[in-house]
Amino acid sequence: MTIAPEEQQTQVPEGHVKLTIDGQEIIAPEGELVIRTAERIGTVIPRFCDHPLLDPAGACRQCLVEVEVNGRPMPKPQASCTIAVADGMVVRTQKSSEVADKAQEGVMELLLINHPLDCPICDKGGECPLQNQAMAHGRATSRFVDTKRTFPKPLSISSQVLLDRERCVQCQRCTRFSEQIAGDPFIEMLERGPSQQVGTAETSDIVDSASHTSAGDPFQSYFSGNTIQICPVGALTSAEYRFRSRPFDLVSAPSVCEHCAAGCAQRTDFRRGKVMRRLAGEDPEVNEEWDCDKGRFAFRYATARDRIRKPLVRDPGDGELREASWTEALRVTSEALLGARAGAGAGVLSGGRLTVEDAYAYAKFARVALRTNDIDFRARAHSDEELEFLTSSVLGTSPGTAVSYADIEKAPAVLCVAFEPEEESPIVFLRLRKSARDRGTKVFHIGQWATPAVRKTFGELLTCAPGAEAAVLDGIAEHARDLDEALRTDGALVLVGERAAEVPGLFAAVDSLVRRTGARAAWVPRRAGERGSLDAGAAPTLLPGGIPYDDERARNELESLWGIEGGTLPARRGRDTAGILAAAARGELDALVVAGVDPDDLPDPEGAREALRAAGFVLSIEMRPSPVTELADVVLPIAPADEKSGSYLNWEGRSRGFEVTVSGTGALPDCRLLDTLAVEMDVDLFTQTPAAAAADLAKVSELRAGGTAAGRPVEAGSSARRELGTGQVWLATWRELIDNASLQVDEPYLAGTARRAVLRLSPATAQRFGIERGKPASVRTALGEVTLPAELTDMPDDVVWVPARSPVSVRSALGAGHGAAVGLAAASTEGDRG
Amino acid sequence: MSDPITPVLTKRWLSPNSWRLSTYEQLEGYTAARKALRGTPEQLVSLIKEAGLRGRGGAGFPAGVKWGFMPKDEEKPHYLVINADEGEPGTCKDIPLMMADPHSLIEGCIISAYAMRAHHCFIYVRGEVLHCMRRLSAAVSEAYEAGYLGSDIFGSGFDLDITVHAGAGAYICGEETALLDSLEGRRGEPRLKPPFPAASGLYSQPTTVNNVETIATVPFIVNGGVDWFRAMGTEKSPGPKIFSISGHVERPGQYEAPLGTTLRELLDLAGGMKDGIPLKFWTPGGSSTPLFTAEHLDVPLDFEGAAEAGSMLGTTALMIFNETVSVPWAVMKWTQFYRHESCGKCTPCREGTYWLAQILERMVDGRGTEEDIETLLDVCDNVLGRSFCALGDGAVSPITSGIQYFRSEFLELCRQNATSSAASSGGDAQSALVGAQS
Repeated sequence: MTIAPEEQQTQVPEGHVKLTIDGQEIIAPEGELVIRTAERIGTVIPRFCDHPLLDPAGACRQCLVEVEVNGRPMPKPQASCTIAVADGMVVRTQKSSEVADKAQEGVMELLLINHPLDCPICDKGGECPLQNQAMAHGRATSRFVDTKRTFPKPLSISSQVLLDRERCVQCQRCTRFSEQIAGDPFIEMLERGPSQQVGTAETSDIVDSASHTSAGDPFQSYFSGNTIQICPVGALTSAEYRFRSRPFDLVSAPSVCEHCAAGCAQRTDFRRGKVMRRLAGEDPEVNEEWDCDKGRFAFRYATARDRIRKPLVRDPGDGELREASWTEALRVTSEALLGARAGAGAGVLSGGRLTVEDAYAYAKFARVALRTNDIDFRARAHSDEELEFLTSSVLGTSPGTAVSYADIEKAPAVLCVAFEPEEESPIVFLRLRKSARDRGTKVFHIGQWATPAVRKTFGELLTCAPGAEAAVLDGIAEHARDLDEALRTDGALVLVGERAAEVPGLFAAVDSLVRRTGARAAWVPRRAGERGSLDAGAAPTLLPGGIPYDDERARNELESLWGIEGGTLPARRGRDTAGILAAAARGELDALVVAGVDPDDLPDPEGAREALRAAGFVLSIEMRPSPVTELADVVLPIAPADEKSGSYLNWEGRSRGFEVTVSGTGALPDCRLLDTLAVEMDVDLFTQTPAAAAADLAKVSELRAGGTAAGRPVEAGSSARRELGTGQVWLATWRELIDNASLQVDEPYLAGTARRAVLRLSPATAQRFGIERGKPASVRTALGEVTLPAELTDMPDDVVWVPARSPVSVRSALGAGHGAAVGLAAASTEGDRG
Repeated sequence: MSDPITPVLTKRWLSPNSWRLSTYEQLEGYTAARKALRGTPEQLVSLIKEAGLRGRGGAGFPAGVKWGFMPKDEEKPHYLVINADEGEPGTCKDIPLMMADPHSLIEGCIISAYAMRAHHCFIYVRGEVLHCMRRLSAAVSEAYEAGYLGSDIFGSGFDLDITVHAGAGAYICGEETALLDSLEGRRGEPRLKPPFPAASGLYSQPTTVNNVETIATVPFIVNGGVDWFRAMGTEKSPGPKIFSISGHVERPGQYEAPLGTTLRELLDLAGGMKDGIPLKFWTPGGSSTPLFTAEHLDVPLDFEGAAEAGSMLGTTALMIFNETVSVPWAVMKWTQFYRHESCGKCTPCREGTYWLAQILERMVDGRGTEEDIETLLDVCDNVLGRSFCALGDGAVSPITSGIQYFRSEFLELCRQNATSSAASSGGDAQSALVGAQS
């Protein structure tokens, strides 16, 4: 007896369709493009213009396939990158259709007729989709014997992106990226037919007012490097990397960006121990496939000529720093720190750039070796109110329990408070733009003027005087009903930036806003290490793992876990950054341990320098000479991110681990250095390697697994009565992405894409102070002044905005920050002086 | 066999001051609009469907069906866009129509906009024809002054504004979606479809794009009715049509005749071939439609007839060439036009026209090879049906049809080349010999 094989009818789930590709049945979600469905069964259809994160274009026609719908063959081959799957569709790719195969071969031949075929000298040669696909799907020889189209080259699109128009296949990926993803249409297709080319308004034949934005700024983008990476040919090249290397000579390592708190996955390519370039890595949950230009290009600091590679000890004789052996440097340091411990004590400023493992080593070092809670990672304006908010709302959260990129993408409304997404966390900005563009997310910004990010997130701006942000939040229910309504919808978010710490009452206002509306808040710090430092305990009120300093029982548990004598962990509340510096200045601290802190970022740069001078002993743990090393007694060199392993916690609380990229340089990670130093002080940290430190921290974190301090309302910090004196205005200031930061040294091409530094003020304020557009104007305090060309901007009166560190440090020059009252005046021009 | 032809679309053209509102009104002007606005939009759509009016811009899509794609509600603003970017080589019907009888277009716009619930109509006029812009704008002003445009037209409660917009001189902007891009102020490039304009057109709103002649025909259908309209032309291609006849005929110009009329009949109207020199080849609907030859003199010029004979009706732009014209030369000129006018968006059209033009230029210059003919055909095959919009298909029509009917002429050019290069290499040998002797 024979048994007929049972008909296996595969069920098509809801929202899916069944189609056939090259004879194989496949179920695909409705709306999926054929080119991607085919990919899932292993059929790669060649393509150039198609990119999964860009809107379909159908321009290159490389991905043509034959399609049958409802049993009827479509008369022409279809671009599989623009046609969505349909039930019963029959697709024949190059694998089973001669028509598709010939169409693809034909398009490939056409793409090559005007291509220079200069692969041997092209940066893209060896990793070029055109080269690869021409080998796979093209003719062996060309029939084209006539004259190729030529263009002068290269053409500067910006200081870091160079265009070779002859290599371009006009796929429009770069222009679509700029328009759709970044929102900076700084390049566009110009001319038509065979003369069609990518260009900027400045390169086009029509040079007129259109070549500049209405503000008179040349087109710039913080994301232009992505166009180089997605260019499927060698048309867009990086000024930094051009002609430096061949892809097949490079070793590629996955890495994580060390600049901001976005936590971008990257790929670092190096050769003979030297990093040649960085590319955006793929991580759909974090940076998708994008990277900002700072993350992509700012890595030369690690190979700067002035990099400190050996310990330095200040010679008692001539008072100069001289190179010393590790043995000597560690001995000098341990003696000084032991002395300080026995005396008035030592404080630790660990900075915002540490990995979790390194931050943990500092936190443990402070408690165990220095026996103090005087440690703070906040190398910027900060407040108790901030720390309280971080403790109650941020500490210990992760994408599963708190706000994530995916939540931004789904959010019906997002309110940005004291946060400039494009300047401070570019990938958060891209996600905001994506959700606003694709899903209509309403983005609200509280600030002083409509920054480019407001426009590019299709946002709404609530203006206020700097320092008055808290009052605006408190007034939302009354004055901004639509925003109040939006924040009450499920999934609404509030993103808070580092500047909030400068506005007394703002964190409390955020806290009460989210309690009232049900929106969820997330803190997006600017630096990569801040979030991890909080959880690792590099804070004055928090031990590692978020243990409150005043929880005696937990402290005892920690003491036994760490194997130290009971009762030895300090019970006194630690001082914050300002407190540590003030104490040092007063002689209440004998030593300072300073890692990666720039005094010019601190609330009182001059006071910080004073403290460094006053402290009996300063240990600077640094990579390159800085204002701190100038005043240090011992400088210990540590490894940059490329030369160590570890992990960052990004703003979501997501762990972003990475391995050593460039090995064998002999540079030590901070945790190893501190472990060795601690041994010299007869203390064991067990942080010899980042892995050991991570394992130790994991055990500590288990102590408090599940428990956070959430729930307590944040109390508003005290704020002095705010009044303007005569001739004064309110100062608004924040940092721009590309400025004079120390991690951007040695990268002139990147620096060339910084925004033009201007002083912004309203037309009425300008008139009142006799300031003219484009003419220099100064903001002043008793300490000094900052002079920049004036730009008239739609913003509140009696407010002036200047970039915080482009080109000079406003804090350093004025001793004032966001929300301060400052003087304003027209500056005399060069001509007047002459 | 040809019936006496009673002009419809062109009947007012020879009247004195035919473009004036007063003249137009003396000759039944704006009677159709008054009538139409008393009915419902649905009635109008079905009237045009029943009449079988097909688009006069080239593709011949049934106008009523196209109108029917527009949403039935008015949640979003609807737009009617008139494609007056007449640019197909040889085509000269819309501009004369707008010059001679602009109010017939405006009246058509009122009726059509009403039928598709649009309250704003844009007439996108080819930028080069300034005189036509002026006349049309003046006519629109006249219509506004008379209360035929603006609000509450004819007391019907229907509002309509018309904006006359000048293009900037790109052939691609005759493609309806590129036209919309251009109208929005962008660089004209065809858009991805779907979404089709009826769903998301001008400013992403429901939009219908119709040709001038199509819309100008509408008032006549409203007044004349379906039976009257269908009495002209053929079953599937009913109605009158303006044929633009140019080239080697005695009296080139616009000739109105029912669809289905043959070239032989039209040549009679145009006074026959110029100086009696016999016909060699011709285009039935502009340079984008494959060539016909003298053997096609009796092909009925309607959408079906032209297609059956291997070409397309296109814009009924009949370019007539006599025996003095070289086919490879004419094809080269057309190909140069397409190279110049390719928008550049897609590879086949952009690169294909660049390559094809160079091969043809080389051939006409006497430097072609027999192999080049095969290359031409294969490149055409790689462009036809592979480009983003139909312009790529149009660009290769003259080449493939030219070689199909006149391959010998192309071959002849190549053989001359073979002979002359052999001769010149012989010459070289000769001079080398001379050099050796001296």
